Amino acid sequence: MARAVSTRRKWITTVVAWALALLIFFPILWIILTSFKTEAEAISTPPSFLFFDWTTENYGTVQERSNYFRHFWNSVVISIGSTVIGLIIAIPAAWAMAFVPGKQTKNVLMWMLSTKMLPPVGVLVPIYLIFRDVGLLDSRLGLIIVLTLINLPIIVWMLYTYFREIPVDILEAARMDGAALRNEILYILTPMAVPGIASTLLLNVILAWNEAFWTLNLTAANSAPLTAFIASYSSPEGLFYAKLSAASTMAIAPILILGWFSQKQLVRGLTFGAVK
Amino acid sequence: MTRTMRALLGASALCSAAVAAHAQDTTLTIATVNNGDMIRMQGLTDDFTEQHPDIALEWVTLEENVLRSRVTQDIATQGGQFDVLTIGNYEVPIWANQDWLLPLEGMPEDYNADDILPAIAGGLSVDDTLYAAPFYGESAMVMYRTDLADEAGVEIPDQPTWDDIRTAAEAMTDQDAGIYGICLRGKAGWGENMAFLTAMANSYGARWFDTEWQAQFDSPEWTEAVNDYLTMMNEYGPPGASSNGFNENLSLFQQGKCGMWIDATVAASFVTDPEDSTVADSVGFAQFPNKDGVDNHGNWLWSWNLAIPSSTDAPEAAKAFVAWATSQAYTDMVAEEEGWAAAPPGTRTSLYENEEYQKAAPFAEMTLNSINAVDTNAPSVQEIPYTGAQFVAIPEFQGIGTAVGQQFSAALAGQVSAEQALQNAQTSTQREIDRAGYGE
Repeated sequence: MARAVSTRRKWITTVVAWALALLIFFPILWIILTSFKTEAEAISTPPSFLFFDWTTENYGTVQERSNYFRHFWNSVVISIGSTVIGLIIAIPAAWAMAFVPGKQTKNVLMWMLSTKMLPPVGVLVPIYLIFRDVGLLDSRLGLIIVLTLINLPIIVWMLYTYFREIPVDILEAARMDGAALRNEILYILTPMAVPGIASTLLLNVILAWNEAFWTLNLTAANSAPLTAFIASYSSPEGLFYAKLSAASTMAIAPILILGWFSQKQLVRGLTFGAVK
Repeated sequence: MTRTMRALLGASALCSAAVAAHAQDTTLTIATVNNGDMIRMQGLTDDFTEQHPDIALEWVTLEENVLRSRVTQDIATQGGQFDVLTIGNYEVPIWANQDWLLPLEGMPEDYNADDILPAIAGGLSVDDTLYAAPFYGESAMVMYRTDLADEAGVEIPDQPTWDDIRTAAEAMTDQDAGIYGICLRGKAGWGENMAFLTAMANSYGARWFDTEWQAQFDSPEWTEAVNDYLTMMNEYGPPGASSNGFNENLSLFQQGKCGMWIDATVAASFVTDPEDSTVADSVGFAQFPNKDGVDNHGNWLWSWNLAIPSSTDAPEAAKAFVAWATSQAYTDMVAEEEGWAAAPPGTRTSLYENEEYQKAAPFAEMTLNSINAVDTNAPSVQEIPYTGAQFVAIPEFQGIGTAVGQQFSAALAGQVSAEQALQNAQTSTQREIDRAGYGE
């Protein structure tokens, strides 16, 4: 009897989980389907779901009109660059806060988080002026700097949470064996925190990849990533839904594939410490 | 001479050649919007680069609102990111007065600036000096289904009144068959529902401000215009109209769900294109309606224009590009490559005198009549302290217009009454205009 209840509950949970997953994934599925329709088909009502004349024409047009690979390369450099620099800064910072906390550590952590509460548009003009004066407008370096600073609080917070789970005794043992601080972080702490660092890295690559405010406002022709590539297909006067969908599919495909292959690490990272 | 020496000399010669070649190159960064005409131009730029091998072109294509904020921010901070800007006739006089744009003087001899339609040129000039060159222009007009009108036994005159439109909308509506007599913009925004409603109010004799900069939403003209708009849309319009903008109505019309659609003239080429429109062979055109007794056809005028920011470091190359893209020769090239129907409309008199264009574009005459009916210096029949058309040409209008648009969109959705929406519009507009210091 208990087994029957348990099986039924399992079934219900599975069905609910699948229904939720499909609901969340549906907009992306719809974008992908629309990208294979003609413009007329894309706006037809009632909309056709699977039974329409599939065409890859939109992908051809998008490829012809835009330099996808340049945008793609910019996205790769900016998202990975900002995440790696963020990790280099955040790992020692999180170590200090997790293992050598001071009186103000919690306040510092809260202060770091508070920077995420400021609407980005509030600092757009000052940053634009600074970038203009130092020649960083429309440069990948400029975007790497901005995205590093924006995502740094999240990286520090995530790493701090992981580091807190690591027994401090192990680090103390290393210290007693004569390990210097650098070696302690590099050879003891980091290997133990690899899953946490990996999930932080993945999440921040995704965040930087999808960031649209700064990447649209600080770039022009040279350093524009895939967010600008998508924006170039949106139009209030003219129907370009199918082409916009093709551009969106091309822009999200790399990150979808990355997310698919690293889902275990991502889920582990996001739920780390949630259940004890 | 040793091998190392020869290699060094060779490398230095190569470097010098590369530097010399690089010194000749100018790269123009052009900010533009995503629409059919602009995309077509991007595809034809080989012609320009063949004529100017020393000029390379880089494109930054963005959605209209993103482009507007991006370009405004760059030009206001003198960021110098762009050499050619695509901007509307709303921005041109405001930016020219701020010295943000270079005057388009000294254009090539064969440019023939006198050929530009006077209404369009007027909206792009300050003190008779042109500050932007029009790439395409539009007014607004009525597009209607001739087959539905015939079935319903109504006739829409070339210059209809709002009473004609209301009668036709009632006659053409067949909600059971999914056909709605009239489709109009309802989505909130200064360039969305307020473009239409301002033009409609103009045609009712209303104005945004009196000569003392006092908001006029409490006037009988605005009250009548807004009430008529809401009544028509509630009784004969499609469901969910408060979220319909240009694209949504275009989609409805192309699928045969609208009896009439009053919107930008540029839509005419879309609804008559048999590739995308199911009603392409049964579309008629009429001028923007006016209220009986008011001599005003809405005064809707919009053009996308190419302008040169004062922060550019390549003004001559930018001017050469602007001249190329907005010339008669460019129009001829488009016609040769893609047919006359693809020629950018609404900018040059010569296009409308061309018989081949008239043959290819059945809407040409009505488009020209609609544009010629506009006077941006007198958009209302009453005295006003501003210029503009379906907008008020002041920098604050984007914010004010959108706030008012939200009120009317809410009224269309049934969230507030017409009276309340007008009252809220009056309060918020007056507050912003006072804060900005107009009328002091």
